[in-house]
Amino acid sequence: MSTEQKELTLNMGPQHPSTHGVLRVIVTLDGERVIKARPVIGYLHTGIEKTMESKLYYKALPCTDRMDYLAPMSNNLGFCLAVEKLMEIEVPEKVKWARVCLAELTRLNSHLVWLGTHALDLGAMSMLLYAFRDRELIIDVYEACGGQRMMTSYIRIGGLSHDLPPDFEKKVRRIIKEIPAKLNDYETLLTNNEIFINRTRDVAVISAEDAINYGLSGPMLRGSGVKHDLRKASPYSGYENFDFEVPVGSKGDAYDRYKLRLEEMRQSLRIIEQALDGMPEGPYRAHVPGVVLPPKEDVLYKMESMIFHFKIITDGFKSPKGAVYQGIESPKGELGFYISSDGSNKPNRVRVRPPSFVNLAALPKLTEGGMFSDVVCAIGSIDIVLGEVDR
Amino acid sequence: MGLEEKIPDSIILTTLDKMVNWSHKRSMWPFGFGLACCAIEMISSFSPHFDLARFGMEVMRPSPRQADLMIVAGRVSMKMAPVVKTLYEQMPNPKWVISMGACASSGGVFNNYAILQGVDRIIPVDVYVPGCPPRPEQLIEGILTLQKKLEGESVKDVRDEWGRRST
Repeated sequence: MSTEQKELTLNMGPQHPSTHGVLRVIVTLDGERVIKARPVIGYLHTGIEKTMESKLYYKALPCTDRMDYLAPMSNNLGFCLAVEKLMEIEVPEKVKWARVCLAELTRLNSHLVWLGTHALDLGAMSMLLYAFRDRELIIDVYEACGGQRMMTSYIRIGGLSHDLPPDFEKKVRRIIKEIPAKLNDYETLLTNNEIFINRTRDVAVISAEDAINYGLSGPMLRGSGVKHDLRKASPYSGYENFDFEVPVGSKGDAYDRYKLRLEEMRQSLRIIEQALDGMPEGPYRAHVPGVVLPPKEDVLYKMESMIFHFKIITDGFKSPKGAVYQGIESPKGELGFYISSDGSNKPNRVRVRPPSFVNLAALPKLTEGGMFSDVVCAIGSIDIVLGEVDR
Repeated sequence: MGLEEKIPDSIILTTLDKMVNWSHKRSMWPFGFGLACCAIEMISSFSPHFDLARFGMEVMRPSPRQADLMIVAGRVSMKMAPVVKTLYEQMPNPKWVISMGACASSGGVFNNYAILQGVDRIIPVDVYVPGCPPRPEQLIEGILTLQKKLEGESVKDVRDEWGRRST
């Protein structure tokens, strides 16, 4: 009998319960050890960037919801900020504070889903049920705001689609009150859980230098100890007014990233509380006739507003020639929108810098040399959303 | 006829069709297979808040070989379409398909080069659930509709190579 060593090539995905969607990884194995891991993407390619080119700015917005569908408000925010930069629109203070509040709720939402699915991949089934149970609190707020559970398109160019609902504060206060206790529950279940530690400690390690060289961002970068957060580095939407910490990891393994994301959720709650306490009064949309939609109440009773409303919906607005880039700190990392305009009412080119896509490129680095079962842990701890990777 | 009086209480008379349909209906195993946004709402409907297990649906099977209901949750891209078809063919008969959401049903907002304009172009669909994404209640309603539809099936039905009743 021959004892010759042979490499084995395995195909994982695109239908696999723990690839978080339709990712495919071609893994070359030597026994249980991974020699090569190559992610194959494109199974969810939707042509979102191309679709946005053929739509008016307002009508391109709903496409952004469907990229990172776990953090729709962050995507809305990124796109709106980019268009506002292009059109030089200054939004009212209330809008800024409300946006920060919603963006942080989105971070909670995204991290909760991440926590549930990541723990499920590692064998902790009940975490998924807990995380999805608690996520409903946030989904309720979305629904009250935008009338939809996930694809809200609530943040619009120049403001919000409606005023904040009357019970917004009550609902968000409930989240602030209840989630910290739930986070402690998760910690009891996972942080000192021997199985969880064994599956994540020293697994999928990436050094700070490599993380920077790969262009990683978000928890993937901070987990390796690099303190870089766009909310601090180049504040947008009034983040400079908020007091919060940027947690960092030390070793850059999956366990560090787990601890870091939990801490980020606590910091998000802090920001949400400050945003609620300091929420100024005022209009929920900027007053820029011909560019920003007039408030719905005016459309019903004022002639000019109705005409502007009609013009904007049918023709959109002409944008000045030029190009802008706006990056925001989405739950997964730096989400950037590059919009190039040729002076017409549609964007000439929209390029999205998706954090998941860039972070996924580090998958070979994270998994090669490790055990095969840790590939699942690495994919989970990158926190990818295939809708954003493939767009 | 008097026959019913002679048999003991522990025996229930029924037709084979009713029995088979009842068991299909109450133990339908969905294929745990998510594509895009709708997959999250699909997981939500299995989560404690909506609890699909109330309708005998709690066992999500990660392998097509052990599933009899395919919920196409999300947009099907041109690259994914052959994979979806293969997965459907791998499921044992009888099998049913729910097309969840606007994208799977008709392409939704993405009328472009990349997205298949409705999954019914490659596999037969029993129930369409509208919405972008549909609420978990809508998915549950879709599944209940499918259960109602099952009641009309018969073991004597002739099935084609796709496992469908030929009319």
